[in-house]
Amino acid sequence: MAARPGFSFATGIVLLVLLLASMVLAATMGYMKVPAAEVLQVVLEQITGSDRGLDPVTVAVVADVRLPRILAAVLVGGVLALCGTVFQAILLNPLADPYTLGISSGAAFGASLVIVLQVFGLALPPALSIPVFAFIGSVGTLLAVLALASGDRRLSSTSLILSGVIVAAILSAAIGFLKFLADEQVGIIIFWLMGSLSGVSWQNLSLLLPVALAGFAVCLLYGRELNIMATGERAAATLGVNTVRLRWILLLVCSLMTAVCVSVSGIIGFVGLIVPHLLRHLIGPDNRWLIGLSFLGGGLLLLFADTLTRAVLPAEVPIGVLTALIGGPFFCFIFKKRQQDGTSGL
Amino acid sequence: MAHQDSEQLWQLQQVGFKYGAASVLQGLDLQLEKGCCYGVLGPNGSGKTTFLDLLCGLLVPETGTITLCGRLLADWNHRQLARKVALVPQDFVVRFGFTVREVVEMGRHPHLGRFAGLDSRDHELVDVVMEELGIAVFGDRPVTRLSGGEKQRVAVARALAQDPEVLLLDEATSNLDIFHSLSILATIRSRIREQGLTVVAALHDLNLATFFCDRLIFLKNGRLVCQGPIDEVLRAEIIHEVYGVEAEVRQDEFSGCRQVSFRASGTES
Repeated sequence: MAARPGFSFATGIVLLVLLLASMVLAATMGYMKVPAAEVLQVVLEQITGSDRGLDPVTVAVVADVRLPRILAAVLVGGVLALCGTVFQAILLNPLADPYTLGISSGAAFGASLVIVLQVFGLALPPALSIPVFAFIGSVGTLLAVLALASGDRRLSSTSLILSGVIVAAILSAAIGFLKFLADEQVGIIIFWLMGSLSGVSWQNLSLLLPVALAGFAVCLLYGRELNIMATGERAAATLGVNTVRLRWILLLVCSLMTAVCVSVSGIIGFVGLIVPHLLRHLIGPDNRWLIGLSFLGGGLLLLFADTLTRAVLPAEVPIGVLTALIGGPFFCFIFKKRQQDGTSGL
Repeated sequence: MAHQDSEQLWQLQQVGFKYGAASVLQGLDLQLEKGCCYGVLGPNGSGKTTFLDLLCGLLVPETGTITLCGRLLADWNHRQLARKVALVPQDFVVRFGFTVREVVEMGRHPHLGRFAGLDSRDHELVDVVMEELGIAVFGDRPVTRLSGGEKQRVAVARALAQDPEVLLLDEATSNLDIFHSLSILATIRSRIREQGLTVVAALHDLNLATFFCDRLIFLKNGRLVCQGPIDEVLRAEIIHEVYGVEAEVRQDEFSGCRQVSFRASGTES
């Protein structure tokens, strides 16, 4: 469609404006209402370092509690949606995402392991060891799922998702065993399984932000190659795409990004599935646009869900539970629709 | 003969390839020259697709060496090779709903820098090939909605948009009706004549091969049976040796080339 790039650009602008506005709006909401103007002043004060004579309680609530959580929601949502887009493009499979492939579970297993090791007296510095173990867990899971599915040379939807389910089931039993071992520390592990952004600090962001931005930039570099991958590995290779290298670089980068997200927020499912699907419907399958827009869209969706559970619902529901409750039925809808269409129109 | 003073492209020396324990190709010695149209013929499983994959560097030979323009094929990088050699696969499956034009434009990929867009010359090239293959009329339709034959024409258009010196066809017309087969092959033929394109085509249909190719390469069980100009190698005894069927070869006045007719082995004598 000739109108596609213009429309994609307009969609991007709309998403960006919506995202920025929602971030300000979310910062006003909560137990203590803060007017939007004051939120902006706090942000300005933090950036410039000048003292604007604001109420110190307001500054503390906005700058130390709400802003890091809002930024984390946007980054985690953005990264998960971005990873969904990239996984779907390299695995030629519209149902692939960090959650359905079991990669999130693998990362949670790694993170839980650190906590259990602590119980047994092997104290590793959690700020570093949790992301590292989560990364090892996620890459290990990815390799296991791919190895299991590789008997089917075309890596079809069914065999990949099935492999993801099998590996995730084994991991969930393993995590169950860790919970049993963790004894009194079991609450922290449950936190990873259900996903939550409460208690996010600027320290978490100091790792999440650079990883998210660097990963995003790497994915953007390969937009056109990802498009060509959609026509099959053999055809892509004869068009000058180094398919093996492309697969490895992007699978590793996305696993790293997923692992860092999981170490901050725990398992949050379905964002990586819903956002790329909706956007592909809206602007078409061009990954050069999808990568950027799914980042914005994912950030918007998770910020919405997190603000809902933080400031609107009477009690805080774990955000992973919320996204699964919204995303699960959506997944069923896509599945049903694909059956009726006979082919994947997406 | 025209090919004697022409440039040499590939040189294969004692090339062999295996999938696991099963040997697919062995002891292949062959030279392929510029501006010629080769037909690769042989029964199912004779190694035709593997042969093409070796030529375009998708597979690396286990034994022997392949050189392209005097340089080892392994020393070519992906993009250089893609500017020289294009492949049209047998089943062209596109997973996401890219438009026909978007898919053809992908053919320009090896000629573009990482962030460069298509310039006016690229667009013109894409327009020309889409027109030639009769797919310009549905240029805005998603490829996922096309019929098998339409999709195959998109695949050929993309390979030609790649502006290669050599086109490899892996049974690229076997899913098409006779009208579209002939029109695609005629488009490619005119490029051979006018731009010195070289073609290596794996084919099933012997009579289409005689219409389209200059030289034939017969493979059986991964070995070269014989190769040469059509007049020399298209003979009943060779067809019998390769396919195990009774055949008669004659000059056909209507098509103006050699044609083969077959007889099921049960009906002879």
